[in-house]
Amino acid sequence: MNSLFILAGLLEPAIGLIFWTTLTFILLLILLGKFAWKPILNAIKTREEGIQKALSSADKALNDMRELQANNEKIMNQARSERDAMLKEARETKEAMINEAKQKAQADADRIMSTSREQIANEKNAAVADLKKQVAILSIEIAEKILKSELSNDEKQKALVSNLMKDVSLN
Amino acid sequence: MVCFYSKKTYICTRIQNKTAFFKPMSSKINTFRTFIVVLALFFSFLSSSLYSNTQEESPNTEEHHEATATAHDAKLKKEGVDISKVAFEHILDSHYWHFWGEGHDAVVAPLPIIIYSNNRGLQMFSSAKFEHGHASYNGYKLEEEVIISEDSNEKIYDLSITKNVTQMFISMGLLLWLFISIANAYKKTGITSAPTGKQSFFEPLIVFVRDDIAKENIGGKKYERFVPYLLTVFFLILINNVIGLIPISANLTGNIAFTLVLAVVTMIVTNVNASGAYWKHIFLPKPAALWLILMPIELVGVFSKPFALMIRLFANIAGGHIVVISLIGLIFIFESYAIAPVSIALTLFIDILECLVALLQAYIFTMLTALFIGSAMEDHSHGHEGTEGATEQH
Repeated sequence: MNSLFILAGLLEPAIGLIFWTTLTFILLLILLGKFAWKPILNAIKTREEGIQKALSSADKALNDMRELQANNEKIMNQARSERDAMLKEARETKEAMINEAKQKAQADADRIMSTSREQIANEKNAAVADLKKQVAILSIEIAEKILKSELSNDEKQKALVSNLMKDVSLN
Repeated sequence: MVCFYSKKTYICTRIQNKTAFFKPMSSKINTFRTFIVVLALFFSFLSSSLYSNTQEESPNTEEHHEATATAHDAKLKKEGVDISKVAFEHILDSHYWHFWGEGHDAVVAPLPIIIYSNNRGLQMFSSAKFEHGHASYNGYKLEEEVIISEDSNEKIYDLSITKNVTQMFISMGLLLWLFISIANAYKKTGITSAPTGKQSFFEPLIVFVRDDIAKENIGGKKYERFVPYLLTVFFLILINNVIGLIPISANLTGNIAFTLVLAVVTMIVTNVNASGAYWKHIFLPKPAALWLILMPIELVGVFSKPFALMIRLFANIAGGHIVVISLIGLIFIFESYAIAPVSIALTLFIDILECLVALLQAYIFTMLTALFIGSAMEDHSHGHEGTEGATEQH
């Protein structure tokens, strides 16, 4: 085996192997292309698209949820502020009502007080008048009684007269 | 001129970018490999030249170690162990499938011989009829694995199912079984379930070829057309690279005829799909003043690219095999079992490296194929000004 021969064998392409390689390669290209690569690549592509779709729909769902949440938050805030406003209004109304009632009560009380004071005054006056009348009556009665007793007999009458006379004479 | 360089630089940069990851390692491998191949070839040529001169005096030697080597070789020749013969028996194609053993103990499977002759037509018989080159049959004899007709007027074409062809058929069967069963798995389990078994092992590779080789280098919507071709090339090379690592197997991807066919098909695919801009770039390169120089260079480029593809794959795989056999051969050259651990350790290292190279070379071949197709299909109508502008900036 000489070296030139080896080189020739190494570097010279054999016609038989070229022929069979060409045949095999073309056959492989057709068979694999039709029965393997096409279904495999299609399946991979479909799956990738599916994954992409799932991911984007998940993303969309997340966004929707976020939006919904934001919306809810907004509604909540609105409701809260509405409630606050209502509470404030109610408080104001209450205050106003209380004030009004107070004023009214005060007015009523004042009115009642003044009428009762008037009445009391009237009553007092009447009572005083009555008392005076009673006292007058009583005094008259007492005077009558005293007169009656003073003037019950002559001696007493005389004594009285004399007494009175004394006073008179002194004047 | 400017334009010519810019285009080349552009492609080079793209290749460099592509191989940036592998680059440090592959360049190291290549340097190391080249060194070892040169060494191996040196020894083999030395010993084979000695083989013819055994009876003569040993040739003039300048250095001491060469003298010892020749002494060893001369001793080996007497015992009949010729490492270069063994190495090239492994590298080259054969009409037999030699499993193991030597001489009468050899376990050898005969393979079918198919001959097309210009005056006797198609003939087919078993290679056992040649009795390892000792006998002639039907007027044909086998000399150093080449079939020769005893009739000097007869012109024959050897279309035999050789060892390499047999392995190619086996690999074809394997590929068909593998990928059709994977395709069926997709049909059966549907696309909604996760891939299992073979499917999950090969799907990333398929997706890698589609996305990182085809889409990256061809681009656009057009890449989809070439994916089946690129996948076939990738897996055919890969599976044969891997099978080639098994000791008794054939060295198909390290055979120049195999790589030639792949390179030619790539050349055809590239040029058939080339855009008008591609042809314009070749036949009317700018600047027009240098047409006489640039046009032939560009035209040579059409052939040199696939030629480089052919040589790269062939040389890498064949070189790797030579290195492995040479390292094993050290045991016989030194005639000592003591060297065996070293030899085995080195072989193990190279074999692991070869596993990487098997994948790497399949990748590089496919990637460059895609790159050539991509650059040929590129529409330069708007890119041309851009390239020129870029070079002007430099």
